[in-house]
Amino acid sequence: MPGRHPRVAIVGAGPAGAFAAASLLRARGQVEIDLFERLPTPWGLLRGGVAPDHQEIKRLEDTFDRQTLRRGCRLLANVEVGVDVSHIELMRHYDAVIYATGAQTDKSLGILGEDLPGSAPATEFVAWYNGHPDYHHLDFDLDTPRAVVVGNGNVAADVTRILASSPAELERTDIAEHALEALRASRIEEVLVLGRRGPAQAAFTSAELRDLGRLEGVDLRVDPSEIELDPVSRAWLAEEGTFTARKNVELLREFADRPPRLDAGRRIVLRFLRSPVEIRGEGRVQALEVRRNDIVRDESGALRARPAGDDVETIECGLVLRSVGYQAVPLPDVPFDERRFVLRNERGRVLDAEGRALPGVYAVGWIKRGPTGILGTNKRDAAETVACLVEDLRADALPEPEGVREELDALLAERKSNLVTVEGWRAIDAHERERGRAAERPRVKLASHDELLARAAR
Amino acid sequence: MTYVIAGSCIKDDSCIEVCPVDCIHPKPGAADFETAEQLYIDPAVCIDCDACVEACPVDAIFPDFDVPEKFDYALDLNAEFFAERSTAQRTAA
Repeated sequence: MPGRHPRVAIVGAGPAGAFAAASLLRARGQVEIDLFERLPTPWGLLRGGVAPDHQEIKRLEDTFDRQTLRRGCRLLANVEVGVDVSHIELMRHYDAVIYATGAQTDKSLGILGEDLPGSAPATEFVAWYNGHPDYHHLDFDLDTPRAVVVGNGNVAADVTRILASSPAELERTDIAEHALEALRASRIEEVLVLGRRGPAQAAFTSAELRDLGRLEGVDLRVDPSEIELDPVSRAWLAEEGTFTARKNVELLREFADRPPRLDAGRRIVLRFLRSPVEIRGEGRVQALEVRRNDIVRDESGALRARPAGDDVETIECGLVLRSVGYQAVPLPDVPFDERRFVLRNERGRVLDAEGRALPGVYAVGWIKRGPTGILGTNKRDAAETVACLVEDLRADALPEPEGVREELDALLAERKSNLVTVEGWRAIDAHERERGRAAERPRVKLASHDELLARAAR
Repeated sequence: MTYVIAGSCIKDDSCIEVCPVDCIHPKPGAADFETAEQLYIDPAVCIDCDACVEACPVDAIFPDFDVPEKFDYALDLNAEFFAERSTAQRTAA
């Protein structure tokens, strides 16, 4: 159709979706972009994942806003694709649909007792303290002297820091009110962090690890015997170890050399080469049983944890947060790779089961590459997907949409009386920042769907 | 003087795009890019032009005389990254 601008739907307004919108607007100014979002608020894990004590990173929202919403990209929030509007309906109204839905669930440990009250995915704890409206009703029992965090990645580091930090520190952040209240009443004295593999394989960034050792009023304890490197790890670190892995081992040695801080109100304990085998308790978590591992090199050359004997150690605790990875969920009517938990794709072009490109369907972010990388990784990932889309538009390779924009708008208006557009989001944002100013905090979040939607509708 | 990048870096490569002397590494495509937790500024090459500071979307870059206390390790860390890198390149050659 001559003179018509191409129309693109991006499903998911998290970092991957935002970088994709910005990249598309840069590559091709004349394009109509609709940014669909399941929640009433945009920016995904930047708002709901990045820890509240990392406010400097949250500044990225200003860039997202400037490069997308302020450049004419429409926000259609509080709309769930696959529920409120189908993939087939989107394909009928847009030249292209880019899925940027992320990885919305967690991996489980697959051990007995995992479903006991007091055992939860760290991702739920993160969503809860960040005011994600789907999780504000959760109740984490912090009336226990010891919490165990299973995992050695940055989410594990985040939840450890939040559990150990003093409420006075957190009061200066945008942590959710309900979480702040619960953390003020916390009786936790020790947060024990367990790594399946050894200190050289810990997935923390050295920045996250360093932060754990710098918390006000918190003693960080690492027993020297926990961080002695086995020969396999020592060889790996010397020959192939990354800058971060070497820094981590160096930091852990520093921590192990520190004298204990007896005046500290709380402690973080790091232990390695331990795998949980069972969570025990009557009616709720009372103990975690762990087994020791060795590090071995498998046929592919990767370093893996292998059980070292049958001895089981029992650790008394009242809270177990598992942080062993995110996992994507399938989308209705879009082919999903059940083995790798991504949309099967080639450089962002979504493929069907036979490996043929589905014209006009694209993926970006975690649903494209799996849950790896950091925020900025999505920028390059988005550039790759957008380059394919622009190439397909130039080649005239996309089917012409049948419906016009007005038809889709009418359909959404009919189905979603509480659709949140950019004006609604601005009202939420301004209100939260205003509440924050009064409390000398960056913002005070509205944490329930009702509050968010009521503010957006005013 | 030099600028330094703190641990709050998100590896958005806006700084690399604007750096006139190519002193920010690793660059996309480099062997150590994917595993790097942040980007680093080579203090021996930086010309203190300020372009990266303007470009950084999360304000993670500071002049060496004005690094906030919580990032006080960053100056050594940036320098050390390049010291190790040149050793690795020398041994690889």
